[in-house]
Amino acid sequence: MSITLALMGNPNSGKTTLFNSLTGSRQHVGNYPGITVEKREGHLKIQDLDINVIDLPGTYSLTAYTQDELVARNFLIENQPDAVLTILDATNLERSLYLVVQIMELGSPALVALNMMDEVRRKGMTIDTARLSKVLDLPVMDLVARTGEGKERVLQEVYSAVKNKVERQPLRISYGHDLDEALDKMQEIIDEASFLGGRYPARWLGLKYLENDEEILSQGQSNPEVHARLQEIARQLAEHCRQTLNMEPESLIADYRYGFITSLLKEGIVTRSNQQARYDLTDKIDLVLTNRLAGPILMFAIVYLMFVLTFVLGDIPLGWVEDFFAWLGETTEAILPEGLFSSMISSGIIAGVGGVLSFTPLILIMFFFLSILEDSGYMARMAYMLDRVFRTFGLHGCSVMPFIISGGIPGGCAVPGIMATRTLRSPKEKIATILTAPFLNCGAKVPVFLLLSAAFFPDSGASVMFWVTLAGWIVAMLSAWLLRSTIIRGEATPFVMELPPYRLPTLKGLLLHTWERAWQYIRKAGTVILAVSVLLWAAMTFPQLPEEREDHYTNQEAVIEAQAWDNEEDKEFALLNLVNDKSQEELQYSLAGRIGTALEPISRLAGFDWRTNIALIGGFAAKEIVVSSLGTAYSLGEVDPDESGKLSDRLRNDPHWNVWVALSFMAFVLLYAPCFVAVVMIAKELNWKWATFSVIFNTVLAYIISVGIFQVGRII
Amino acid sequence: MTHTISLRSMRQDQSGTIYQVNAKGELGRRIRDMGLVPGTPITILGRAPLKDPVALRLRDFTLTLRNNEADYILVETEGGQE
Repeated sequence: MSITLALMGNPNSGKTTLFNSLTGSRQHVGNYPGITVEKREGHLKIQDLDINVIDLPGTYSLTAYTQDELVARNFLIENQPDAVLTILDATNLERSLYLVVQIMELGSPALVALNMMDEVRRKGMTIDTARLSKVLDLPVMDLVARTGEGKERVLQEVYSAVKNKVERQPLRISYGHDLDEALDKMQEIIDEASFLGGRYPARWLGLKYLENDEEILSQGQSNPEVHARLQEIARQLAEHCRQTLNMEPESLIADYRYGFITSLLKEGIVTRSNQQARYDLTDKIDLVLTNRLAGPILMFAIVYLMFVLTFVLGDIPLGWVEDFFAWLGETTEAILPEGLFSSMISSGIIAGVGGVLSFTPLILIMFFFLSILEDSGYMARMAYMLDRVFRTFGLHGCSVMPFIISGGIPGGCAVPGIMATRTLRSPKEKIATILTAPFLNCGAKVPVFLLLSAAFFPDSGASVMFWVTLAGWIVAMLSAWLLRSTIIRGEATPFVMELPPYRLPTLKGLLLHTWERAWQYIRKAGTVILAVSVLLWAAMTFPQLPEEREDHYTNQEAVIEAQAWDNEEDKEFALLNLVNDKSQEELQYSLAGRIGTALEPISRLAGFDWRTNIALIGGFAAKEIVVSSLGTAYSLGEVDPDESGKLSDRLRNDPHWNVWVALSFMAFVLLYAPCFVAVVMIAKELNWKWATFSVIFNTVLAYIISVGIFQVGRII
Repeated sequence: MTHTISLRSMRQDQSGTIYQVNAKGELGRRIRDMGLVPGTPITILGRAPLKDPVALRLRDFTLTLRNNEADYILVETEGGQE
């Protein structure tokens, strides 16, 4: 028998830890159709039950004003899971029960797991689980998800709940005389009309009308007559509440829900030892980590240390992977007969994909550190400390996370960064965050800066990276401010946020998170970048030189061979020059060369020649391609393509390049259009209009800044 | 003797009980969902390095909100503080 088990819970309740421990590697992350909320699914077997486990997004409530909440709520209603396991942070029972009560009002087949019972015991609290189970009339189990304590019992209860098919009636809470009366009236109307196909419990629908739930109100319009009657009742009640209590029905509902929870817990379910510490460990840590002076300094130090470590640790495996691909390319060239196919495999696919995959070790380490910050609870402190700054620029403390993931610390990626903005509730701050996050120093741009600093600023790679990263931040913030004070003006969104207790992340959780993100990156290399590498290779190879030019070079070669030379070296040199000229002409004749050349009059102002233009166009597909296509462009036109001198040396010795070109190029790569995948993501998260805007806005801005740098350099 | 003051004007370590939440719309809903409803005891834990947002303890967890959001929340406190 195959069933569906939904996991629900507050953010930081340990829901995902339990999910990981239940499903291990038998899980995958997808998206809900049409939106970018992550859908985590996994599998589990208890005796004869095949269980499909869905880890729903963490929420505090089931209102409809964040996508996460809407996804969770719609899943419960539309997919009718066979069991809904709600994971509670037992140290924080009241607020957690607020969600449970709402799930119960929906009549979902709920079970409750009281997680973090070890912390409860450590705090000197006791919770009478049996009694809680009785008053809630639900199975309630103790759990320590981190260690797996109590997991078997939870599974047993899920098993028997599913097997016994316990029918749950939607919970009825009394919301006071006035509201109850209105709810009864509404319930009658809804039942009679079988409103909205009877999919929702009638009283729950009534509540949503009283709460002015946008989603339900818009669905209700499908039956205008009933909709109008319900709205009229809601309107009258709201009027009445305002006059007699000076309160909105919405507030009353929340008050009564909390009141209901308080009355449940009154029966001595929770006891606390009276010598409970005034400050627990988290408070003590926060005294330092969010201290007015030490806090920001430590934050800066942590971020800096993180990326120094990433580069120190990542450098070694990076070399291995690079060597491997170099070896693979050479071997392929040696094995395959010389010709177009061999060239496509080695210069196109292996050079392109290999160049990208070499950065996997760096990305893995970076994501590992990011997961630590996230899972330990420190990320929330960063939002707390930086909110004031971010707000000045029209952003939100919660923009910190998308910014850091996008490359606020080099090595991020704007794709997951843009996805992370869904926790931002205000569309305006979300738009501003999404549009400016691609300015940051993502992992794909890192190789470009490494290459150029190796060529033009030898021995100062780390400080180049630091300044580039800082520049990314400054441009992102200033343009956010510009956008928020022009085309996306509007009020700031509330910063009502929980500071979760510090918790030691579990290794399993860290590894899973790291792998998940790294996999997204590797998959990008295997799909988009593979395709683009082949396309670019083709664009740089076709059309091939016309026959008369080929003949011209063959003739020239014959001329050189026939000439009488004083010594062999001069002859070799003449031949190499010829090969070089030919390669140059071939590249220039190709489609990519023509586009690059056509753009030269414009790009000259910023110091870019046609070969650089090719790399930049390729970089729109994925920024990683900038380095690989620079490599291809410069190795194709190289004096001796066999002698694989390092690209950085070639650039340094190229007459088109100097320090100012390098600076201008770095600025352009940092700021110009987000890569194709990120643009698609922006379109998914916002719409194509904003996606197009970001391509144009970023490119124009990048161009202006690059031209500025290059022209200043010329004068100096 | 009890005073009713706005949450913004509370000092570090000062405790009180929520008296009224005047916030409407989204802010109101967020505040209530997190359990800031009348009758809830709270304690101010501190403020961020730039003195905003403010962190407070309620119902066994730590909540942060901005000063201009705290303006909507009235708190009853003991003793003769300002």
